[in-house]
Amino acid sequence: MVMTSFGVEENDARDRGGPAQPLLIVNGLKKHFAIRGGVLGRVSARVRAVDGVSFSVRKGETLGIVGESGCGKSTVARLLMRLIVPDGGEQIFDGEAVGEPRGITVAEMRRQVQMVFQDSASSLNPRMPVQNSIAFGPIAFGTPKEEAIGMARELLVKVGLNPALFGGRYPHELSGGQKQRINIARALALKPRMIILDEAVSALDKSVEAQVLNLLQALKRDLKLTYIFISHDLGVVRWISDRVLVMYLGEVVEIGPADAIYNAPKHPYTRALLASRPALDPDNRREEAPVSGDPPNPINPPSGCRFHTRCAHAEAVCSAQAPRLGHADHGAHLAACHVEDAASGHSQAVRH
Amino acid sequence: MSRPLVEVEDLSVNFVTRESDVRAVNGVSFTMMPGEVMCMLGESGSGKSVTMRALMRLLPPKRSVITGKICIAGQDVQAMDHEALRRMRGSVVSMIFQEPMTAFDPVVRVGDQIAEVVSLHRGVSHKAGRQRALDLFDLVRIPSAQRRLDAYPHELSGGLRQRAMIALALSCEPKLLLADEPTTALDATVQIQVLILRRRLQQEMGMSVIFVTHDLGVAAEIADRVAVMYAGRVVETGPVRDLLRNPLHPYTAGLLASTVHDQPRDQDLKTIPGAPPDMRRLPPGCSFAPRCGFTTAACNAAMPPALTPAPGRLVRCLRAPAQQPELA
Repeated sequence: MVMTSFGVEENDARDRGGPAQPLLIVNGLKKHFAIRGGVLGRVSARVRAVDGVSFSVRKGETLGIVGESGCGKSTVARLLMRLIVPDGGEQIFDGEAVGEPRGITVAEMRRQVQMVFQDSASSLNPRMPVQNSIAFGPIAFGTPKEEAIGMARELLVKVGLNPALFGGRYPHELSGGQKQRINIARALALKPRMIILDEAVSALDKSVEAQVLNLLQALKRDLKLTYIFISHDLGVVRWISDRVLVMYLGEVVEIGPADAIYNAPKHPYTRALLASRPALDPDNRREEAPVSGDPPNPINPPSGCRFHTRCAHAEAVCSAQAPRLGHADHGAHLAACHVEDAASGHSQAVRH
Repeated sequence: MSRPLVEVEDLSVNFVTRESDVRAVNGVSFTMMPGEVMCMLGESGSGKSVTMRALMRLLPPKRSVITGKICIAGQDVQAMDHEALRRMRGSVVSMIFQEPMTAFDPVVRVGDQIAEVVSLHRGVSHKAGRQRALDLFDLVRIPSAQRRLDAYPHELSGGLRQRAMIALALSCEPKLLLADEPTTALDATVQIQVLILRRRLQQEMGMSVIFVTHDLGVAAEIADRVAVMYAGRVVETGPVRDLLRNPLHPYTAGLLASTVHDQPRDQDLKTIPGAPPDMRRLPPGCSFAPRCGFTTAACNAAMPPALTPAPGRLVRCLRAPAQQPELA
């Protein structure tokens, strides 16, 4: 194997916690957006975009986050990068609290966590050749320009683009798939340990999407990366993720190993989401929609379990009391549903 | 045998600008029988939306050059004058767009917009039009329909807006409904509701539907027939079962293989290498040849003719089995 400057050293000095320490732990992450109205600009309502989200991501793992629009999955991504400031909760990166005294600074965290956005065009500077866009981060962190450009060209090879052909081009001269490859190369330029991919392949055509997914998987293997992969596409999330987290209206409703979630979903919402996928078989078309109605407005989410307005198993306890996800070992399959809790008082609650 | 409702022959659309000549559609031909549901499947830029707009003559007349024959319900669409077009749009052919927010007038209540269309085409009073709108809202299962008639488009959720759009499109009982990626912008749990609704309405009303999508799963749910478009041409058509189980064109096969659907996680996905061609500089031969694994010299010489290897199937590929040249 040719060792480039982007190979992985066996002992990464940044790996402080060791293999057992999760790379990222998030506890009770919260973001409420205020809606101001009236002449005085008083706060008239709050969008509870992310409302107490907790999870952890192990080193080398891919955590998929799925949910419908407005469920808060993109807000989670932006909170993790501190592109918006959370209202509550803690974020621990490799054993160190982010942005707190004696922890790791936000700037240092951002060197180790990078993000790829959905819109490949608007996330690149239209007036900069793409190799300069890729080198921009390292230059800002003090790498000499010549060296940074050299690294950028090396990265272009890594993402499958010929640097002699593509390095000097501007974003408008590239196709959507090529632009997204550039965005991935730019995310890799600071040698991050974690990459957050927010609907990174959703805007691509199917034939190009598969190419980029294969590339992401190869890069993860070669560079020992950890991914958080956010998407509304359940098929793609299943293929790429080790574990999956399902969000509904700002809350985690289910989390667990990918195969467990897809083969034996516990939460009624996850079941509905999976059953809503088109069948891909003209002889077995879906006759009945699994749930009716649209997801409710996150400004005034339903009381208790937020899914109870659309759930076939809803009982009095569901609108009165919010079910808890519970705590268990990393990798456990958990669902925030009263049916899963023997002590909830739900008539269908499982007995242990 | 009844007459086809739609006959399109050798349709081409060129967009002419000062800098370049974009050949968006290059010789599309198809026919549709009454009551049939056809899916136009293709990636962005393959010309599927442009074909739809050409059927309704919605393309900008000065910048687009349309050639070929379009015949809907026995009438030549190309020869229609402004008045004839007005009569056709809405009552014979109507269209559902991907983003209903931009298709509705944002400052008119949705009930009034539907009533206006009905009273214009049917010559009835506005009040009768409102009554028709209420019936339609019940038909597309909009809850509390009476109250929703008075809503402005921005007050409706995405799913309800799409349902209101369907109600508007169906208001004059068109013979042909064109649906341009109508569920792409919807959430998964809402998309399936709208798909099932549309299938039920189509069966009840017996209209023909052309459904444009890039999603194979949507095609499998709704279509009788599928036409696969690539670089402005229909490269393959056939009944949905045959086409999904036994694709004949390498592009269709590649599209099926690269769609992520419960593939094993430890293996790479099958992909189609490369990217769709630049519509300003199309290759002279088969436009898929640069990405195809089976290309020969003959592929690059000229566009392969349309072959019918089995009844009801058509494919533009030199490798198609049991080749029988189409009867001219």
